[in-house]
Amino acid sequence: MLKFDPMDINSNKYTYIFSIVMVVIVAAMLSYAAISLKPAQDANIELEKKQEILSSINVIVTREEAGEAFDKYIKSSLVIRNGEVVENPTKPAFEIDMATAAALPSAEREVPLFVANVDGKEFYIIPMRGKGLWGPVWGNLSLEKDGNTVFGASFGHKGETPGLGAEISTALFSGQFVGKKIMDQGNFVSIAVIKAKPSTDHEVQGISGGTITSVGVESMLKDCLAPYVGYLKTLGQAAPTAAPVMDTVNVEVSSL
Amino acid sequence: MSTADKSKAKAGLFSKENRKLLSDPFNMQNPVTVQVLGICSSLAITVKLQPAIVMGVSVLAVTAFSNLITSLLRNLIPNRIRIIVQLVVVAALVIVVDQILKAYVYDVSKQLSVFVGLIITNCILMGRIEAFALGNTPWKSFLDGIGNGAGYAAVLIVIAFIRELLGSGQLYGYQVIPTDWYINPETGAGFYSNNGMMLLPPMALIVVAVIIWVQRGKFKDLIEK
Repeated sequence: MLKFDPMDINSNKYTYIFSIVMVVIVAAMLSYAAISLKPAQDANIELEKKQEILSSINVIVTREEAGEAFDKYIKSSLVIRNGEVVENPTKPAFEIDMATAAALPSAEREVPLFVANVDGKEFYIIPMRGKGLWGPVWGNLSLEKDGNTVFGASFGHKGETPGLGAEISTALFSGQFVGKKIMDQGNFVSIAVIKAKPSTDHEVQGISGGTITSVGVESMLKDCLAPYVGYLKTLGQAAPTAAPVMDTVNVEVSSL
Repeated sequence: MSTADKSKAKAGLFSKENRKLLSDPFNMQNPVTVQVLGICSSLAITVKLQPAIVMGVSVLAVTAFSNLITSLLRNLIPNRIRIIVQLVVVAALVIVVDQILKAYVYDVSKQLSVFVGLIITNCILMGRIEAFALGNTPWKSFLDGIGNGAGYAAVLIVIAFIRELLGSGQLYGYQVIPTDWYINPETGAGFYSNNGMMLLPPMALIVVAVIIWVQRGKFKDLIEK
């Protein structure tokens, strides 16, 4: 091992040289690690996206099978802008980054809509993105052919607290959305995430101990479904479903 | 090298003194319960066993290698910037661990989320580098790092075991409390329900405190005068 006498080691010159050499070496090592692991990480992320989209139509596959299953069930994809189909989108539907899209005002967003076909039945899948407690939360909501009734939902998150907010990604939470309705008598009302036991078709129960995450999910639903409303209404006109007049709708103004 | 030298070198690697470096952190020098370091993460990620185990292994890898690297460099590091150098070593290792988890155990890395990055701020790391690796040979420092990482992991696993069992009725994601024990709101049958408190951070603190209490009750030397 190299030996320096203490004077040398503590001189300014040595300190500067040491810092520069150290930083360059560490930077090179980290860049190498990041670049060489990037393909594996990106593959994970893409497959996970497919897996999440599929799980909203109750097609539960492992991450490894997700690519194949996605091609099998997802028949087409549309790009929607302010309730209308965009004929020449700037990006194909699957490549749209919801984080970027959700940052734009609702009317300016170009957002993807996936059309799935499972055993002859058609479903519409809407990707969503919002904010939780510690970071982004996201999800996919699948609607039945009427463009109103929820067929399934799946949620994911970047860094919600394990055991608390992170529970939104469990079937216990997302399963509650099945059969809920996002429109009430033709008007868009979204689905509220409340603390009490849900009493209407427009409510689900939140996670105890994960209130801010639950509120984030509620805001996300409201915010991300809005651009689709116009298009969904055209689907609904074919088979309108009247909601009971008694329903009280819990709609809270988004706090985000 | 003759065979006698080889056997001597081998005995030296795991001499009684070196074995002590490995075993002490499990009990009398435990980083969490005795030195009270790394408490923050032991509260945050011990709701379930699987993330606790992965976290324990990640911290073990980082303590072992940061101790080793710092010890190798210890005669070259300028004294005035030694803390910065230690931080750079630790941060670089943590980023590598985080990237590896994301590439190969993606699901667990999602569960651990920010807490992998927060290993950087885990006091055990800086504590061991500053107190041990700077003044000892690489092999000893490596063993000390493994010992402390494992001591930390062991406490995490004990806490996660208790919290997952009592809080979720599961261990490593598998249901262990028989499902027919649970109170059924419709029929009124059953007598058991999970303790939701166990899932909240305060209970982790209380579990740590109970472990410390039990340990000090058993080993009177640990009690402060």
